[in-house]
Amino acid sequence: MASHIHRIEVRYRDDPRQKTRTDRFRSLGFPVDAVNLVDVYTIATRARDFSQAELAEIGAQLVNPVVQEYTVDKATRAAFDLAIEVGFLPGVTDNVGTTARQTIEDYSGYRFGEGEAVFSSQLFLVCGALPPESVERLLATLANPLVNRVHVKTREEYGERGMDPVAPFVSLHELPTAETVDLDLDDAELARLGKEGIRDPLTGERRGPLALDLPQLHAIRNYFRGLGRKPTDVELESLAQTWSEHCKHTIFASAMDDDVPDGLYRTCIQAATNAIRKERGDRDICVTVFTDNSGAIVFDETFLVTHKVETHNSPSALDPFGGALTGIVGVNRDTIGFGLGAKPCINVYGYCVGDPDTDPALFRGKDRERPILSPRRILDGVVHGVGVGGNCSGIPTPQGWCYFHDRYVGKPLVFAGTVGVMPRVHGKRKLYEKRAWPGDLIVMVGGRVGKDGIHGATFSSEALDPASPVTAVQIGDPITQKKFSDVIVKEARDLGLYRSITDNGAGGLSCAVAEMAKESNGCHVFLDRVPLKYPGMAPWEIWISESQERMTLAVPEERLDAFMDLMQRREVEATVIGRFTSSGRCVVECHGAVVMDVGLDFLHDGLPKKHLKTTPVVTRNPEPAVPCPDRLDATLLAMLRRKNLCSREFISTQYDHTVQGGHVLGPVQGPGRVQGCATLTKVVPGSERGVGLSQGLFPLYSEIDPYRMAIAAIDLAIRGLIAIGVPLDAIALLDNFCWCSSDDPERLWQLKRAAFGCYDGATAFSTPFISGKDSMFNDFSGFDGENNPVKVSVLPTLLISSIGIHPAVTSAVSMDAKFEGDLVYVIGETREELGGSEYFLHLGSLGNRVPALDLGSARARYGRLTKAIERGLVASAFPVSHGGLIIALAKVSIAGRLGMEIAIPSAMRPDFYLFSESLGRFVVTVSPGNRQAFEESMGGVAMLLGRVGGSCLRVTAGRPIIDLPVAELEATYRAPFGGY
Amino acid sequence: MKSPAGSVPGRKSTIPEKGLIMSGYGINSEMETQEALRRAGMRSDIVHINDLIAGTKRLSEYRLLVFPGGFSYGDDTGAGNAYANRVRNNLWDDVCEFLDGDNLVLGICNGFQILANLGLVPAFGRTPAREIALMPNRKGVLECRFVTLKPASENLWTRGISHLYCPVSHGEGNFYCTDETLNRLESGGMVAFTYCRDDLGPANGEFPYNPNGSRADIAGITSEDGKVLGMMPHPERAMEFVNLYDWPLMKEKLVREGKPLPSESVNMRLFHNIVDFFRG
Repeated sequence: MASHIHRIEVRYRDDPRQKTRTDRFRSLGFPVDAVNLVDVYTIATRARDFSQAELAEIGAQLVNPVVQEYTVDKATRAAFDLAIEVGFLPGVTDNVGTTARQTIEDYSGYRFGEGEAVFSSQLFLVCGALPPESVERLLATLANPLVNRVHVKTREEYGERGMDPVAPFVSLHELPTAETVDLDLDDAELARLGKEGIRDPLTGERRGPLALDLPQLHAIRNYFRGLGRKPTDVELESLAQTWSEHCKHTIFASAMDDDVPDGLYRTCIQAATNAIRKERGDRDICVTVFTDNSGAIVFDETFLVTHKVETHNSPSALDPFGGALTGIVGVNRDTIGFGLGAKPCINVYGYCVGDPDTDPALFRGKDRERPILSPRRILDGVVHGVGVGGNCSGIPTPQGWCYFHDRYVGKPLVFAGTVGVMPRVHGKRKLYEKRAWPGDLIVMVGGRVGKDGIHGATFSSEALDPASPVTAVQIGDPITQKKFSDVIVKEARDLGLYRSITDNGAGGLSCAVAEMAKESNGCHVFLDRVPLKYPGMAPWEIWISESQERMTLAVPEERLDAFMDLMQRREVEATVIGRFTSSGRCVVECHGAVVMDVGLDFLHDGLPKKHLKTTPVVTRNPEPAVPCPDRLDATLLAMLRRKNLCSREFISTQYDHTVQGGHVLGPVQGPGRVQGCATLTKVVPGSERGVGLSQGLFPLYSEIDPYRMAIAAIDLAIRGLIAIGVPLDAIALLDNFCWCSSDDPERLWQLKRAAFGCYDGATAFSTPFISGKDSMFNDFSGFDGENNPVKVSVLPTLLISSIGIHPAVTSAVSMDAKFEGDLVYVIGETREELGGSEYFLHLGSLGNRVPALDLGSARARYGRLTKAIERGLVASAFPVSHGGLIIALAKVSIAGRLGMEIAIPSAMRPDFYLFSESLGRFVVTVSPGNRQAFEESMGGVAMLLGRVGGSCLRVTAGRPIIDLPVAELEATYRAPFGGY
Repeated sequence: MKSPAGSVPGRKSTIPEKGLIMSGYGINSEMETQEALRRAGMRSDIVHINDLIAGTKRLSEYRLLVFPGGFSYGDDTGAGNAYANRVRNNLWDDVCEFLDGDNLVLGICNGFQILANLGLVPAFGRTPAREIALMPNRKGVLECRFVTLKPASENLWTRGISHLYCPVSHGEGNFYCTDETLNRLESGGMVAFTYCRDDLGPANGEFPYNPNGSRADIAGITSEDGKVLGMMPHPERAMEFVNLYDWPLMKEKLVREGKPLPSESVNMRLFHNIVDFFRG
């Protein structure tokens, strides 16, 4: 270990963030006077020491002397009451430390070796007398015990010497050999092996979940009996990864009841796409569906675009920042790993979290051990994580959403997606096709392998419970990924330096290499060649580690020198770790010993088939028993304040949504800055076309009618794009099922109904699914404060994401009302459909009547609106969604900072009419000069509601029921997240 | 979309002088910067800093050096600082030689942060020294939104520009310098652009017009010799009319007035000015 340790402490003389930071801590309830921040670099070396003069120069490189000052091996002097230093635990990715190390190396010419590093930490100097329980809560706010180390000193303890130097090196004593595992156990012991993992021969402790059930373990035992030997731990761990629910999607693949013998995926998702592609013939927009890391559709004659949406739920529950960050940079790799490498050009996000104003007392352990993170902590962390990932990678993040419900307090859902763009061909090569050949070298590029993320794939296939592994936590390093992303997508791809590429995601090398090995029909890997973050890792750990920022490529022997030379010049670590073969086997060696030798057919197809049974659920919920108020002003304001309807612009403005120069319709629109439903982005310079993105999500409907829930999600995802002018025949869909308790027949029935809805919705609109992902066990099992067992399952959640190609972005339409005197229309029929609506939730009852949609007439209506937009007849358009017609009208009004005069043309109860969530509707404003042309174009399905004008939103239903200044609506719409 | 600039006499041809756009280590706006220059009539190469250090590409073959936007080194150790250190520790002589020639240097966003840490702006008396800082935004988070800028002095970069309307997107753009430096910047006509209100009145530090708390609303400055410009906002991210935040409203207005839609945005003027400089 390092023998020379030095601390450089950096601070602003007058910190510009000090007031905001202090205000934030106060808003979280800490009675602090001020919170000052010192950045600390701990330099630890052993082969050479730096002199004080050198350290002074190093310090000068780490500050801007105009505004900052630093000390070397001396405590920062300041007035404060409590000093809290937060650093990383050993082995956790420390990007700031790495950058500081590179700067020091560049300056001094000295290369840091093994056991030498720079560690970053942050020292918070807190002024104000905090009560002890407040200090404890402050520590929990500043640091996550799974990621951070924390050192606390009072002013007296700090004294003249300050904080103690700490160098958190990893120290491991694993045996670098593979062990054999005895599967000749009774079923109880075998089941325990599957649930808790292999017993470590050194420590006697279980290594963490394999998530293999008994039939799977029996199949593995039989396979190795056939080979006449016992499996090694490498083989067992590898099979567990490859067979995990996360990788094989067994629930979607298995036969279900009597009517779905081929499984839900083939029957509902793939079949819909196949039917649509067949029906459309040469007008098919699909290029690659389901088979590659992303789905791809045609952009124009030259380019294609890809899309993929992933979830990263379990890691985000434990470490929201790291989980969300690795989620977004992980799905970026699904773009880089599409075909021969598409360029990531748009990120999207979505968060389902608990109400951040609540702080439920739930614990992973008994006796109030290991409390869950509060919804506010989770929200702040995931928002920050996706932001850092996109911002640092130079990928715009215009599109996203946030949905709040108590059912997400135990396990949040974090959706992260990426759109990519690439030419369809380069020379004669089709860039969307790839194939590793026998003899190609297996090359791993990017970051090194550590213990982070071990058992990620098997862990996400299990519910979160007290034994959830801590090594599942990873922190991303977007700059390392940016470096290899640039060199692959912008240089190596077009030089033809490799034949295949895939992401190292869930399951790490074990899944990436074994997946690519299907292309050549075999692989031979040398684990001892894999570069490690620190020594002492066991072979099985190297093989399944999910350390971030890595990809695996197949490089032909004759291009290897050129490839390695390019990587070296771009400072991207690349290592040959083996060779693709045609042996039909996955062979892994470590230090001369074969530690894995399994047939590819067994590895990929040996998984025993299941037959799932479902049980129908019939629910009957109370209807609200509240009469319609005389006036709805207060109701409208209360609804606008609802967290699922109000502005969450604080997320949009901290996400770079303009990089790459393609911004057309961004996350907020109009002078009043309202969050739209869809965004439009140019991804090919000089092209008139753009990529529209939207989505639909109605988790509350799932518990009433999962079939209609799916239709609603598909409809809204499509309608968001129709409203900005993307035609229906240019739209494709992605599905993300985030279910709960998927071993429960009732939950499986809901799943089945939702999947049927997906088939019917997609085929009715002729919008193919191109990619999808599922996450089936989003349940939290723990305890309340009195040790009562508690299970919190997420709402059965289906996210439908849509991607569509806008033919000419200059004809696109935004949502804001444009001019006084414009006419306001609603397109589509409003019925009394408030089951699961935001209004019924506001009234405290779930209700029963979930919106239904006549898909045929909706499709015809959308076609008419597309034509009207093409002809320039529409000044603004916005889909009616959560909260109903009046929320849509209010948002169009706020966005344009213009009032409206609206008369309700219906005998329905006014509150029901205004807040009904009937599907298939738009609010549209039209210039008076275009009235006739517009009405004719719509063929009678557009109903005139009133006109734009004045400074108030006025609504009458035979009598005045709403009259509110737009400025007040805007202030109300912004209020809930105003302090974020 | 066709550029209307193509129809202006004298703008049709591409000039022979070439630009070098730096890349690597997390710089990310190199492609749109290249596109903006191309549309203005200047060819450029995107060059990884390591290729300059290795000597496979030479700065002396170019007339314009651009440090584009990005998140070099993830803003670790201060935005632009680590990349500036890499330049200073490896390329300093080449950069100094380049500055001695009749050449231009442009830094946008992360590029401005790099220039500030290298001391290439303001470079009083042509001596590079760190005189300014781009501190973390007052709000403490990255801010991405459109801002309005107006030129604060007439120079080769600002010629003919009434205003710019383009995005900022940075976590550290809060311009700071001492009173003395500010006086020298202002009296020397080195403040290139300031943040202003929609009506071009001064922002006076008010959010969101001044998005980060910059002193004297300063969004960009030049070097004392005028050859180096650093600015936080991104004109290259809103080259076209449809990139502007308010284009849907402007379009509806123009259509109703029977006027044609522009294709290029006001922001392209900056790049035309660069090309005009070389055209002489």
